[in-house]
Amino acid sequence: MPAVSKGDGMRGLAVFISDIRNCKSKEAEIKRINKELANIRSKFKGDKALDGYSKKKYVCKLLFIFLLGHDIDFGHMEAVNLLSSNKYTEKQIGYLFISVLVNSNSELIRLINNAIKNDLSSRNPTFMCLALHCIANVGSREMAEAFASEIPRILVAGDTMDSVKQSAALCLLRLYKTSPDLVLMGEWTSRVVHLLNDQHMGVVTAAISLITCLSQKNPDEFKTCVSLAVSRLSRIVSSASTDLQDYTYYFVPAPWLSCKLLRLLQCYPPPEDGAVKGRLVECLETILNKAQEPPKSKKVQHSNAKNAILFEAISLIIHYDSEPNLLVRACNQLGQFLQHRETNLRYLALESMCTLASSEFSHEAVKTHIETVINALKTERDVSVRQRAADLLYAMCDRSNAKQIVAEMLSYLETADYSIREEMVLKVAILAEKYAVDYSWYVDTILNLIRIAGDYVSEEVWYRVIQIVINRDDVQGYAAKTVFEALQAPACHENMVKVGGYILGEFGNLIAGDPRSSPLVQFNLLHSKFHLCSVPTRALLLSAYIKFINLFPETKATIQEVLRCDSQIRNSDVELQQRAVEYLKLSSIASTDVLATVLEEMPPFPERESSILAKLKKKKGPGAVSVTELEDGKREGGELNGGSDRGPDAAAMAASNASTPSPSADLLGIRSTAPVNTAPPSTGSLLVDVFSEAGPAAPSAAVNDDGFLRDLEQPTETSDPLLVEGSGDSDSAPPSEDPAPPLSEADELLEKFVCKNNGVLFENQLLQIGIKSEYRQNLGRMYLFYGNKTSVQFASFSTTVSCPGELQSELNVQSKPVEPLVEGGAQIQQVLNIECLTDFSDAPLLNIKFRYGGALQNLTLKLPVTINKFFQPTEMASQDFFQRWKQLSQPQQEAQKIFKANHGMDTEVIKAKLLGLGMALLDNVDPNPENYVCAGVIQTKGQQVGCLLRLEPNAQAQMYRLTLRCSKDSVSRRLCELLAQQF
Amino acid sequence: MIKAILIFNNHGKPRLSKFYEHYNEDTEQQIIRETFHLVSKRDENVCNFLEGGMLIGGSDYKLIYRHYATLYFVFCVDSSESELGILDLIQVFVETLDKCFENVCELDLIFHVDKVHHILAEMVMGGMVLETNMNEIITQVDTQNKMEKSELFSFQSTRQDR
Repeated sequence: MPAVSKGDGMRGLAVFISDIRNCKSKEAEIKRINKELANIRSKFKGDKALDGYSKKKYVCKLLFIFLLGHDIDFGHMEAVNLLSSNKYTEKQIGYLFISVLVNSNSELIRLINNAIKNDLSSRNPTFMCLALHCIANVGSREMAEAFASEIPRILVAGDTMDSVKQSAALCLLRLYKTSPDLVLMGEWTSRVVHLLNDQHMGVVTAAISLITCLSQKNPDEFKTCVSLAVSRLSRIVSSASTDLQDYTYYFVPAPWLSCKLLRLLQCYPPPEDGAVKGRLVECLETILNKAQEPPKSKKVQHSNAKNAILFEAISLIIHYDSEPNLLVRACNQLGQFLQHRETNLRYLALESMCTLASSEFSHEAVKTHIETVINALKTERDVSVRQRAADLLYAMCDRSNAKQIVAEMLSYLETADYSIREEMVLKVAILAEKYAVDYSWYVDTILNLIRIAGDYVSEEVWYRVIQIVINRDDVQGYAAKTVFEALQAPACHENMVKVGGYILGEFGNLIAGDPRSSPLVQFNLLHSKFHLCSVPTRALLLSAYIKFINLFPETKATIQEVLRCDSQIRNSDVELQQRAVEYLKLSSIASTDVLATVLEEMPPFPERESSILAKLKKKKGPGAVSVTELEDGKREGGELNGGSDRGPDAAAMAASNASTPSPSADLLGIRSTAPVNTAPPSTGSLLVDVFSEAGPAAPSAAVNDDGFLRDLEQPTETSDPLLVEGSGDSDSAPPSEDPAPPLSEADELLEKFVCKNNGVLFENQLLQIGIKSEYRQNLGRMYLFYGNKTSVQFASFSTTVSCPGELQSELNVQSKPVEPLVEGGAQIQQVLNIECLTDFSDAPLLNIKFRYGGALQNLTLKLPVTINKFFQPTEMASQDFFQRWKQLSQPQQEAQKIFKANHGMDTEVIKAKLLGLGMALLDNVDPNPENYVCAGVIQTKGQQVGCLLRLEPNAQAQMYRLTLRCSKDSVSRRLCELLAQQF
Repeated sequence: MIKAILIFNNHGKPRLSKFYEHYNEDTEQQIIRETFHLVSKRDENVCNFLEGGMLIGGSDYKLIYRHYATLYFVFCVDSSESELGILDLIQVFVETLDKCFENVCELDLIFHVDKVHHILAEMVMGGMVLETNMNEIITQVDTQNKMEKSELFSFQSTRQDR
């Protein structure tokens, strides 16, 4: 008998649906719907009480209208009324309406909760299931508050029906996900874990989802589930295909449950108990063996189910990454799938192999499949599969096969789908750089990339090629020659013009000896592209021209002619006009020497991690890139637009400051007041402008630069004025034995500096120590100012900075010795250079010794260098934030503290502190505007650690809840400790 | 976790939409359209998995779909689900519908949208799989039908439609 007989439908509903389907136009449909809505509204409002059947019919109509995409703004109350009916039909439709149409914010929740409460206590399993479904579907906080304590009871009670248990397990899971603080497992833990042993497979199926989620959050409390899961799995895997009867799916015993068990095991490291581990390895081997057996059915469902288990088993093997034998077998199995006729299997095999490629045991084995993968890239019909093939090629690339893989990817790019081109470009650029042994190959590759897919070559890529060419003098001549040749093409991409302009402007002289690329030829070639280019490119070309005047005096007249023409000097674009005017003036009034100094070759860029990588990670999300760190849009902006132009600008500035006695701005004779190094790039100062198209990031970058640019100067009165005043009370002679503050007190000092960089670190009657520090990437510089508050000289003044214990390998601090004499009332300065090698928890110690009137003073302080100093803020949209938040869902990655407010809970103060912390404070991310969320990346030498923060104040209770999720667990914990003291 | 289950026909008309995460009505409709756009342009015989559209969360979510005659069944899932497992689940869902409606066709879904929801609710709850055993699911649906019938009988005589 069919479960739904077609005759008993509701005629009115059927007629209405038919009407809608017969509507010839959208307008007619809307008209019909509005008529029906009016009808239903009047029925609901009418005096005559509707019977259950009618209510059900109207609610069904509303559901249908809703499905068509129309707003339903009434009927909720009627639906809620249906809940309290004792007729199953009515109750059911009421619950359906609510689960489809009521969201968790609805005001009706209280009424609904009442109905649910009644049904839960009804002992009627059908009603209980309906109620549990409703809770699971709505999952609001109010519901969690009302039922979180009740549901575990239902779940583990001995007399609960199996179907109710199943619903209760998933219902609890839902509540745990939405309000983890309200679901306290405590006493239930062990009984919930033992559901894995339940007789009823359906109960296990539902319970395992709950247990998996709970294990991820509390791995220790739930770790007994490992042995239970292994034995359950073992029983399923070794059972005959008929043993499990209804749970056998196309001859495969309980495939869904097997997959879920294998997933659960992926929450844990390999079992420590030898017997359990042996049993598990046996299971995994059996699964791998079964893959080789002839299929028991030709149906695709059979192979799907079998392979679903197989792929999960392989994931587990990769997750353990400890059994070389199994890893190689897994790799061979995937190798077979790579050539399988089922597209799905090829797709999944490519995807799994990507993770396998990062294991040291199997990397070589994966590499043997290179030809197959390249073939897949070329011949697969399905773009999803091609994309996985490209991912795998990227993952398996190393020095031995880089040239082949890059060549294949480049040739694929010519025909690649638009949707994946940009990502392919980034990958090619990264591989080319990472595995470049000979940089001429690198230059060729990138120029090819621009030629083939110029539109998809982002700024990052061409900035990077320039950085590398500038830094490597062995490739400069080759780069100049190649780019010159590339520019010969009648139509070349604007990015090529940018690279060409920059490189010829710097290194055109290296190829000028050849008459075919004489200075004038070079200039004419560049200028032939000028008129087709956008404003930023033109601006760059103008800079290249002025560089030409310096490199090749013989081109001066020609170039001046060009600069002088109306289209330049009167260009409507302010930037271009200003450049033309300034360059023209510079070229005519500055002497050759001055010109040579101003237009000196760019100094090498500071080495740093490729910013392209960051961009790729951003595109793909951390999961897709083997390094599990978090990337960030901001850093990418900062590093490339800001960073890489900051780099050269700062360096160029420094160079010109160092080599010329007066600021370069004076040389220009145009703006004598503004010192160049503080002028934002957009004002068109000569050296700054090469990358001035950096966009909105640039002005702030220039401001940030101040500190760095001034490195060469003395940081003077900008340091804390307190230090200068310090000598005031020097008359009162201090006791000779001034007690050094104990370290614990110094800890408090440390906390003071978590959210700020400057201030007074220490003060007693003799000495005041001020600090001023600045950090960039993984580097920091700290200025220490030692002020003698007395009128007597300090003798044998010496300081040492030490990194105790592990810190030695985590932080590199270098200091210059200080003057041994500090006169009364004087202040001396010491500079510390700090490099963060990896994340750390301790603070370096500063020991100060000096003699004051014969007595030896000895003092040890903690230096306020904390891990958060190496933050780079990361702006991101709400969606990105939550996506990453979810990605960092491993329990160890999260650290949480709930603590009492130490200070007032003023919004502005909290904001200022969070900003001081170094992360980006994100607005409009958290649905609750009271909460604060931040994102940032900690830069260490070895890696970057992405961090997300959420601070939830509770003004009533004067409490905070602070949650940190970082890609590295030690960082989460450390930041949590540091921050809990701040608010 | 399963984020959404969508059924639409070859022309993109939604026949069932069930979201396990809250979106407003507009976004839901946009997601359905976007998903249809992504899925419908794919050839037959390509693989059944693709990355999710932007609205549903991009490449962190996968769309796993099957195309039966006039209908697309699409499950949007996160990385915690097995792709092939979900494919099997779709098959179980369709086989169950087929048993419940006797040779299910698009019209059954149109005229019995409530039934389809009830059947689905026996399989998936709050985005997690409740039951994969078809017989068990059908038994539950049968029980409900019997209750419904017995209640229906009591007021059938007095009913007046429209």
